[in-house]
Amino acid sequence: MAAHPWTPRWRGKRVSPLPYLLILPTLAFVVLFTIYPTFQVIRSSQVYYHPNRPDRTRESDLNLPGVAVESRSIRGPHDVGLAYFRAMFDPTTEEGTIFFRVLGNTLVYAAVTVSASMALAFLFAMLVNRAAKWIGLARIALFYPTMLPMVSAATIWLFFFTPDYGLFNSALQVFGYTGPQNWVINKDLALGSLMIVAIWKDAGYLMIFYLAGMQNLPSEIYEAADLDGASWWVKTIRITLPLLRRTTLFVSVVAIISAFQNIDHALVLTYQLVSGEADLLLYEIYKQRFVLQNYGFANALTVVMILLLLVFTLSNFFLSERSTEARA
Amino acid sequence: MSTASMSIRPAKPRSYSKWFVNALTIVLCILWAIPILWAIVVSLRPRSDALGRGDIWFGQYLTTESYQIVNELAPFFPRIEDGRLTGSYYQNTLQYVLTTLGVQLITIPLAAFAFVHFEFPGKKILFYLILSQMMIPTASLLVPNFVTIREMGLYDTTLAIAIPYFGSAFGTFLMRQAFLEVPRELVEAGQIDGCRWYHLLWHVYLPPSRPTLIAFGLVSVSFHWNSLLWPLVVTSDNARPLTMGLLRFTQLTDIGAQWSLIMAATLIIVAPLLLIFLVFQRQFIQSFMHSGIK
Repeated sequence: MAAHPWTPRWRGKRVSPLPYLLILPTLAFVVLFTIYPTFQVIRSSQVYYHPNRPDRTRESDLNLPGVAVESRSIRGPHDVGLAYFRAMFDPTTEEGTIFFRVLGNTLVYAAVTVSASMALAFLFAMLVNRAAKWIGLARIALFYPTMLPMVSAATIWLFFFTPDYGLFNSALQVFGYTGPQNWVINKDLALGSLMIVAIWKDAGYLMIFYLAGMQNLPSEIYEAADLDGASWWVKTIRITLPLLRRTTLFVSVVAIISAFQNIDHALVLTYQLVSGEADLLLYEIYKQRFVLQNYGFANALTVVMILLLLVFTLSNFFLSERSTEARA
Repeated sequence: MSTASMSIRPAKPRSYSKWFVNALTIVLCILWAIPILWAIVVSLRPRSDALGRGDIWFGQYLTTESYQIVNELAPFFPRIEDGRLTGSYYQNTLQYVLTTLGVQLITIPLAAFAFVHFEFPGKKILFYLILSQMMIPTASLLVPNFVTIREMGLYDTTLAIAIPYFGSAFGTFLMRQAFLEVPRELVEAGQIDGCRWYHLLWHVYLPPSRPTLIAFGLVSVSFHWNSLLWPLVVTSDNARPLTMGLLRFTQLTDIGAQWSLIMAATLIIVAPLLLIFLVFQRQFIQSFMHSGIK
């Protein structure tokens, strides 16, 4: 049969357009809302535009060699090259101060919430991975925070953090706590309040993955360990944890990405702390762009966030690729 | 526990550790359940009965008046005016959640089917291009995407909240994994019988993959129902969803004395998902498990 004259060809073979058409809807939206904006924001991060701050005319405000002072005004956007990035990595500038604080907060927040919620998730999974009549109820009690919006969880916890009659403070006082009461507007404790809510909400979600992993573990190994008289502790450290290494890797990626992208609780809990001691990266991006109207800085921060996320996800990708190769 | 009942039991070393594990489980479950239980109790307190020291839990009597007041202060539920339903947060949330899910249930199986069933030039590159969405979560791109939404003229519509999620790398990936499990012989038998591609997708690939599709659907609905930051950026009065309604509510009300109202508002927005979860909890937990298996 002769090829239709209009059939597209590639390396001498006829190519059907069908698979491309099937992929097109998904691809179009991914291009429009992931790939295009990624390049767009790299471009926008090199433009100074801050309509809310026309007064900012001091030479030292931004390290902008070659850009006239008077052109940095309310009148319009100006190309500044990598000035924002130079300013961000210079702690003497305003951008630098904010950037280092936000980066520090984000890394501490991610490290604490991810490790704490993963440890709790593992513990929860160990506790509810057995057959008992009431275990189903226990799983519900530990998992239900996953179903709550972060904003609702934060609202309930805001109530707990209330001075004087908040349950959190009442409970701490039982243990002899006499420190500051209103955590969410205390510059040293506000970040802690965000972490508590995130850990409470995420532990049950991550538990699910450990539970799934534990249910696939071979029981013969445990029977052999029992014959050798291995204690519960030894079995956990020597058998369960090593066998769940891939689950741990997967869970850590889920937890890290969630720590970076879910900042809804900050909008409820710590937004009153205007000095920004507890600001996380994505919250700062939101604040700079939509509250302070500092467009260029918000775009530059977005670029940093994309780079951070890529480092985490790509290193995980190569780590898991390597572990599958090692197994093969 | 009385000492008598302890002494009757034979001294087994195992029973102590079992007792400890049970106690630990119960304590943790109670700790984790307190927030929602407290929210429920406080929402049922009379509004006039301000919370004070030493009276953390129950008020003088229980009432649902807070729920009515909340709905008078902010349009959580629709009302009938001139024979028509007024706009409400519930309607907005349902609209964008169901729009997102509806479109995803079409785009995802089509793309996953193409990646599993066909060989074509550029397949690998296109797949990785789509997977880039999993490496750069849409949430982090809210600033440039906001510009796109405004240029498309979609600002303050429910479509603006939904549209960035119409193509889902996560869903495509998950569905592809499910389709790869479909036995090759089944597909070949279908082809011999003269099935067109849509017959194959509908009758061969989709039926065994239904659990994955349901799992994705549940994860998608709960994710979008609960989202706040993106709706906050792209909507104003008209398309405001439940989560944003709650945020406004907590910030507008005089927080000191109005906790029963705020907790009622909180419960109004969490109730549907929480109730569905309680009824179908086994499927939910299975689905969330399923969505994580690589």
